[in-house]
Amino acid sequence: MSWLLALPFLIPIGTALATFSARARHPLCGALSVLGCTILLIIAVTIILLVEQNGPIAAQMGDWEAPFGITLVADRLSAIMLLISAIVGLCVSLFALSDIDKNRVTLGFHSFFQLLLAGVCGSFVTGDLFNLYVWFEVMLIASFALLVLGGERVQLDGGIKYVALNLISTLLMLTSIGLIYGLTGTLNMAQLHISLAAVNNPVAVSALAVLFIAAFGIKAAIFPLFFWLPASYHTPPVAVTAVFAGLLTKVGVYTLIRTFTLIFPNDPGFTHNILLGTALLTMLTGVLGAAAQYEFRKILAFHIISQIGFLVLGLALNSPLALAGSVFYIVHNIVAKTNLFLISGTVQRLSGSFELSEIGGIYKASPLLSTFFFIAAFSLSGFPPLSGFWAKLLLLKASLDQTAYLVAAVILITGVLTLYSMSKIWAEAFWKPDPTGDCSDLYTLSLPERLQRLLPVAFLALVTLGLGLLPEPLINYALATASELLEPKDYLDAVLKPESIQSMGNR
Amino acid sequence: MEGPLAIVVGILIATGVYLMLARDLLHYLFGLVMISNAANLAIFITGRLTRASPALIPEGLEVPPMPVANPLPQALILTAIVIGFGLLAFTLALIAQAYKVLGTLDVDTMRIAEPRKIKRKASP
Repeated sequence: MSWLLALPFLIPIGTALATFSARARHPLCGALSVLGCTILLIIAVTIILLVEQNGPIAAQMGDWEAPFGITLVADRLSAIMLLISAIVGLCVSLFALSDIDKNRVTLGFHSFFQLLLAGVCGSFVTGDLFNLYVWFEVMLIASFALLVLGGERVQLDGGIKYVALNLISTLLMLTSIGLIYGLTGTLNMAQLHISLAAVNNPVAVSALAVLFIAAFGIKAAIFPLFFWLPASYHTPPVAVTAVFAGLLTKVGVYTLIRTFTLIFPNDPGFTHNILLGTALLTMLTGVLGAAAQYEFRKILAFHIISQIGFLVLGLALNSPLALAGSVFYIVHNIVAKTNLFLISGTVQRLSGSFELSEIGGIYKASPLLSTFFFIAAFSLSGFPPLSGFWAKLLLLKASLDQTAYLVAAVILITGVLTLYSMSKIWAEAFWKPDPTGDCSDLYTLSLPERLQRLLPVAFLALVTLGLGLLPEPLINYALATASELLEPKDYLDAVLKPESIQSMGNR
Repeated sequence: MEGPLAIVVGILIATGVYLMLARDLLHYLFGLVMISNAANLAIFITGRLTRASPALIPEGLEVPPMPVANPLPQALILTAIVIGFGLLAFTLALIAQAYKVLGTLDVDTMRIAEPRKIKRKASP
């Protein structure tokens, strides 16, 4: 059992080492990366089946009992995040085979990509705050390398801004971890749930909560801490942007959800109101920023920010339905967003540009690709019967249940403006006649390249469609996740021995 | 001892933030170094500074016979210093490379990834 929970990060680290030694041998290196992601997917499926059957599972590393050693935990939220990360990893690693040039592969692209996955998966399974910091650093340094790999001028420029702002988040996180240790004497998240409730110092606890919001907020790109994202996400190769867009900011959201349901659940009037305000502003600024852009990837980058607002909104509303909405939304959004970026890469391959004014006629050149884009884009703006519709519906219902009409209005307005941006891309890139006349169709690409570019896109589009047509299993799973997050008794039982919970409760 | 050290942390962070607000990237990096040291010092203080003995258990005993200093924050700092060193080294290398390629350290002139609208109109 204990090894199973360590495998989600051990496999990518192993794959990273293997691909690094094979980085000069091109077909082999890429194949290893795809193989590693496939194994990761199998492990993620095993974990989610186990968790679904037995409730949260925990593993004490090195056999050190809970508050003293590092605990790995997988509950429903971790399990679904692992699964979806493994899916994104597999799709992007397949896409990267044709998208990443030889020079970057030789420089170690696949190794950094796997290290990034290790950091992401490690953050999802850890039950210890300091260990979370370490996984964040693994993820961060790998993302730095991926972002500037290749060393183009525009990459360096975007990279500097990305690095500068993310390092501040790291330092904030480190400081707040130090302070929370000073206040409670523990860093185990399950024990913090108990110990922090017993701390009789509301000012210090509130200050810590705000520090954590700022630290994870920069990672998650919430308002007004998102400026690193639109400055850098359009600069690296598409495969890199796709995995960043799918996973990086969502790890920030995951930690926000984890922290504010498990560690700081006691003062929702204060913390969750801050989250609510930032969530609404994030949704609006993101979508308005996107409306002003005319570059394919910049529009999508601003929409990441806007969607982050929805994810945080579910947490801020703090009801079972709203949290379930957040969980559903994360799954839907990771799939749709990654897919849109992958499609943007193929569009650029066909037309030679990301600028909407220079692209056109993709629908004529490749109806299949256009269909996939249509599914992903209209799912993002919340069209029935696609997955985004159910995600938005859950959040809308949750806000109306709490008579939060302003929140409901913002959800609807953001939805309409998302539709505006998506139809802008549709009309400009896919519908209008080709302005330059040199747009090639898919059949000019070699068969392997066509497969490598289309298979991941087709699969993700099918997932979006499937979640839209058969949403019930995921909605039920999300509701179970939400009740598990709001009543973390099973999580505590899995991590801590029953007698230690008792004794801490008595103190 | 916690009081004076807390003030030192405050001074380090204030100086660091002041440096980071400069447009020059090297100033930013020095500010970052200061704040990173301030964060480490803050963790150190949270372990409480006492004159207690080192955290060693004599042979034959299960627990130390007298109060001992808390060794955990020091282990945390050690990890944080190593990670911080790696990140700062990367940042320095990145800044050096950016200076070579872009020819400037002034962030206000670094507009390649996000060109100003007016400039783009001037050269279509």
